[in-house]
Amino acid sequence: MNRSIIIEEAGLLSTVQDLGRTGFQQYGMPVGGAMDSLSLQLANMLVGNPRGAACVEATLSGPQIRFVGTARFAICGADLQPMLNHQTVQNNRMYSASDGDRLSFQGRKSGFRTYISISGGLNVDQLMGSRSTLLTAGLGGFKGRPLQAGDTIPLSDDGFCRPVTNIPAFLFYENNRQKTISIMPGPEIHYFGFDAIKTLLTAEFTISSGSNRMGYRLEGVRIPPLEGKGDIISSAVPAGTIQVPSGGYPIVMMAERQTTGGYPRIAVVAGVDLPFLSQMMPGESVRFSEIKLHKAIERLCEIKKQLQKLCPL
Amino acid sequence: MPPFETPKISAFGDSAVLIKAGDDISQETHRVVQNLMHSIQQYEIAGVEEVVPSYNELLIYYNPLLIKPEVLADAIRAAATSHTSNQLPHPRTIVIPVLYGGDHGPDLQDVATLTGLSPDEVVAIHSGSNYLVYMMGFSPGFCYLGGMDTRIACNRKAQPRFKIEAGAVGIAGRQTGIYPIESPGGWQIIGQTPVKLFRPDAAAPFLVQAGDFIRFEPISPSVFNRMKIEGFEPAIIPVNE
Repeated sequence: MNRSIIIEEAGLLSTVQDLGRTGFQQYGMPVGGAMDSLSLQLANMLVGNPRGAACVEATLSGPQIRFVGTARFAICGADLQPMLNHQTVQNNRMYSASDGDRLSFQGRKSGFRTYISISGGLNVDQLMGSRSTLLTAGLGGFKGRPLQAGDTIPLSDDGFCRPVTNIPAFLFYENNRQKTISIMPGPEIHYFGFDAIKTLLTAEFTISSGSNRMGYRLEGVRIPPLEGKGDIISSAVPAGTIQVPSGGYPIVMMAERQTTGGYPRIAVVAGVDLPFLSQMMPGESVRFSEIKLHKAIERLCEIKKQLQKLCPL
Repeated sequence: MPPFETPKISAFGDSAVLIKAGDDISQETHRVVQNLMHSIQQYEIAGVEEVVPSYNELLIYYNPLLIKPEVLADAIRAAATSHTSNQLPHPRTIVIPVLYGGDHGPDLQDVATLTGLSPDEVVAIHSGSNYLVYMMGFSPGFCYLGGMDTRIACNRKAQPRFKIEAGAVGIAGRQTGIYPIESPGGWQIIGQTPVKLFRPDAAAPFLVQAGDFIRFEPISPSVFNRMKIEGFEPAIIPVNE
């Protein structure tokens, strides 16, 4: 029997994601991929998939999924209170599902996005080297769109790697949540006055309802650039870049961002904190604090090393 | 061409470094960016993941597990100073056929009215220049073109359209461009090309790259329809310098 999953209910926004589409940013192609790439990798490791296998990224309210054939699965990231049939299951553990079993979610307890990995990985066609869904262009993933009730997604053959059983607990989102997001200065920090920079590092911002996989819009406090410094020549923006249009409300560039932008880049979020920012939802508040470059690199490399050691693929 | 001056390199977060080549939009700055990009690519620095050129900068994504930013900066300086401009790929001109006006260019008449020209004059001026692809961004395959004649410059539409087809050719301010994918937008649409600039399923998904030149060539409705049905590979001509 060909193994697959059937989406019975889609939830708010469920998409197929992996680690994104790299190598084409010079042509204007967004990277995309999982917002919380750490949780996606951990979920894959738990079921014995390569770290970058395609998973379901579910947002706020989870989907209802029926398994066709047997499969191992795991859930990492937001705690949306998962259930297998009528039994409560937990995040960050591997489970086995039998043919006809149903995975559903009772509702959010913490976080915003959860990653459902299934042994073998979701077998949608690769597009430019990735299975991730690019919503802005309607490309990749499952038919270039969010999952809908009735979709059947085939699974790849499993058994490539062994499930990883010794993941250190501190790597999981629940044990590692950050309230303050570390940032470093951006190329146009001198476009801003002392007050704006001080405000960025001390004030509490609110994540606006206009936020999405492309960017997080922040509101509540304004940090406008200096007079006449509202635009820059269009330039590249790495994930986590904080741009500030002349109105003063910052925008943090996230996974599905455009490759370039035209607003002053005041700061950039440390790579190690991007997963935590991705787990914050509209309406929640966020604070920023400064991290030194060498410290940011040290922390990022520590995580990367751990992942590589536990699962080389 | 003499070797480069020492480029200005700075960290941009923990996984990228930024090289600033100038403060303006000019062919000279563009050439410096292109030279840097090609020399860095030829140097094959371990740990470099991706390079993204823009008008006056080059962003280099790297894996901090494989290379330290100081080591990367040294390697970039070494690559930049070892390089000369004759190693740049030969510039190319890509000829983009365009059906101007009518249903395919619904704003051609408006552009003519706004610029005080006749529609034919707008077409003649638009198809009479070579446009340099300074950079790509905004959406997959979108080219930022330089070199439009200011006589046909005109404002965006007061009311943006919800849907503009892939291949639409438009004007916005002093810029002209081609929509590579269907999207909403406020550009004045003067024509449509049957050429696909972005083919995600192809081995080479992008027809154009930064550093290329583009020329637009007016075509008739019958040629447009034939190209649409039969498919069409545009002419790519080496530029004689």
